Amino acid sequence: MAEFKTAAANAPIGEKLMTWVDNRFPATKLYKEHLSEYYAPKNFNFWYFFGSLAMLVLVIQIVTGIFLVMHYKPDAERAFASVEYIMRDVPWGWLVRYMHSTGASAFFIVVYLHMFRGMMYGSYRKPRELVWIFGCAIFLCLMAEAFMGYLLPWGQMSYWGAQVIVNLFAAVPFVGPDLALLIRGDYVVSDATLNRFFSFHVIAVPLVLLGLVVAHIIALHEVGSNNPDGVEIKAKKDAQGRPLDGIPFHPYYSVHDILGVSVFLMLFTAVVFFAPEFGGYFLEYNNFIPADPLKTPAHIAPVWYFTPYYSMLRATTDFMVNVLVALVALGAVGAILKGRFGGGAKVGIAIAAVAAAVLLKTFDAKFWGVVVMGGAVIILFFLPWLDRSPVKSIRYRPDWHKIVYGVFVFFFLVLGYFGIQAPSALNETVSQIGTLVYFGFFLLMPWWSTLGSFKPVPERVTFESH
Amino acid sequence: MKRLIALLFAALALTGAARAAEGGIPWDRFPAAKLSDQAALQNGARLFVNYCLNCHSAEYMRYNRLRDIGLSEAQVKQNLLFATDKVGETMKVALDPKEAKAWFGGVPPDLTVIARSRAGANGSGADYLYTYLRSYYRDNTKATGWNNLAFPSVGMPHVLWELQGQRAAKFVDEADPHDPAKKLHRFAGYEQLTPGKMTPLEYDNAVADLVAYLQWMGEPVQGQRVRLGVWVLLFLAGFTVIAWRLNAAYWKDVK
Repeated sequence: MAEFKTAAANAPIGEKLMTWVDNRFPATKLYKEHLSEYYAPKNFNFWYFFGSLAMLVLVIQIVTGIFLVMHYKPDAERAFASVEYIMRDVPWGWLVRYMHSTGASAFFIVVYLHMFRGMMYGSYRKPRELVWIFGCAIFLCLMAEAFMGYLLPWGQMSYWGAQVIVNLFAAVPFVGPDLALLIRGDYVVSDATLNRFFSFHVIAVPLVLLGLVVAHIIALHEVGSNNPDGVEIKAKKDAQGRPLDGIPFHPYYSVHDILGVSVFLMLFTAVVFFAPEFGGYFLEYNNFIPADPLKTPAHIAPVWYFTPYYSMLRATTDFMVNVLVALVALGAVGAILKGRFGGGAKVGIAIAAVAAAVLLKTFDAKFWGVVVMGGAVIILFFLPWLDRSPVKSIRYRPDWHKIVYGVFVFFFLVLGYFGIQAPSALNETVSQIGTLVYFGFFLLMPWWSTLGSFKPVPERVTFESH
Repeated sequence: MKRLIALLFAALALTGAARAAEGGIPWDRFPAAKLSDQAALQNGARLFVNYCLNCHSAEYMRYNRLRDIGLSEAQVKQNLLFATDKVGETMKVALDPKEAKAWFGGVPPDLTVIARSRAGANGSGADYLYTYLRSYYRDNTKATGWNNLAFPSVGMPHVLWELQGQRAAKFVDEADPHDPAKKLHRFAGYEQLTPGKMTPLEYDNAVADLVAYLQWMGEPVQGQRVRLGVWVLLFLAGFTVIAWRLNAAYWKDVK
């Protein structure tokens, strides 16, 4: 506990007030630690806007969400009508609703870019593993939040999208059907499902999300921000103990982020006012038809931000399971022949590989599809330990590493594209290749990230004054 | 880094090019200028209330919202209010769903947001409706005696037939260029059987008015939304300039 301070008798009223508060709550201390004396590297580039933008979109979603809940009815009979009521009869309801629906897509755009920034500059490396893990948990929450929120307008895509995704849980061996029943609260997606998804969407998940965002920022401010050079600015400090390459977050990055915010808001409002459906990608056309449990749409596609993962799910066919078995076998043979393991370990690898192959062939491909889809997100959590390269930032990695990242991004986008399209033979093959590239990128990272000739990392950050 | 960004753009270009068209006949372009023509919208509202609202509801649309397309409440009450006497009511329909099922094989869908729901790879929802309402032809193999090129085996008979007159569709059988064993049943134009009250040009114009109304009713605020958006963007553009200079003013100290 800090010592009790007394302001001078002739001090201005503001100072007296802050002294009174600071004796009871660390207001000034928090302000200094997180804003005015939080030293951030001065060489942030374009990619560093997306953290603050994610925060902005979170606030937009919460504030618009509060107003939507005032008028929305979580009732299968009235949900669709209440959304149209918001669009037509609630003053400015259309604006609030479009901000919320556009905000959902904007959230994913911003978060995907934010995550890619972390990957490029090695922001997940020691000592920032927990910053990254909290971030991955936020991403997971965001997916749950978006999925459950999408049911609420109770259109055809809401309904059948939820039906498809909840049915996936039924593929889990042994407990699957009961699990799906527990999630739905009924044998089909129904009013019971709508009510529980509403509850999760407006309170349960946002609570967890906010807690994780706080943890993400506390962890970040504890270890300090990384930067495009991947240089630790805390290694070089001045006489007062301030990093030589650091500048106070406020005012330098607060004014910087205001610029980012205003450019972002121009793009955001352009969508809200001129193309709120965004060609059927942000608001799907089919979702303007009220949910009809008796009429399955010809083509059910999730919203664009889930499509890379949806593609991986669809790619996991019986053929793909055979490919996985072959890959497990190849990996095991390779490890036994080439790896420097003891005799016991080699036997262990052989047994594990056989067990994995048997399991792969025992359970349905649909179940493995769910595992692949879930695994594609879960694998992100392990990134800090998969990357073994001697440098953090892509700037000082071998040039061909950039191509590896490029291929990864390319296939992620291709998976996203094919997830929107109706199933076809080409779609399936390309998605299977994309899935293998996605997992190969991560699972082989301990190997490829150490290869090649790395460039020398400078002592100080590279920065040209404006 | 630059190569990475170039790759990203290449990927996006590919996704654009690969966007294949969906099946069905191509859709004609709805004349979008009708949307800013109040007389057209009012005529569309008249056609809608007289021809569509007997079977289809528009239950999220209030009659008094028609003020937005330049009609007074008195005009609405006098000319358009058949199903109710309250101008604040929504456009409900008296048709019994059970009877509808017996007559048409299904309940006619609500039309409030129909224009928004029918968009697709072939064009906008308005394009579809504009094509659909002009693609009816006589087909005695169907229960209603009508069929539609844009919506094969459609449940709805041609409600506007008095205006358009009756038409038959001519089909020719051709060898499939990709597979000689198969025959293609290709559409080869309409044949006017009985004249309608309107010339084909007048009919197209009337349908365009009706579709303009349906498009407007799908989102009555759409015009206001775009007009407001221009001001918001202008404000943000000014704000961005200020934010940019403010940022530069602070950052000139950072060496």
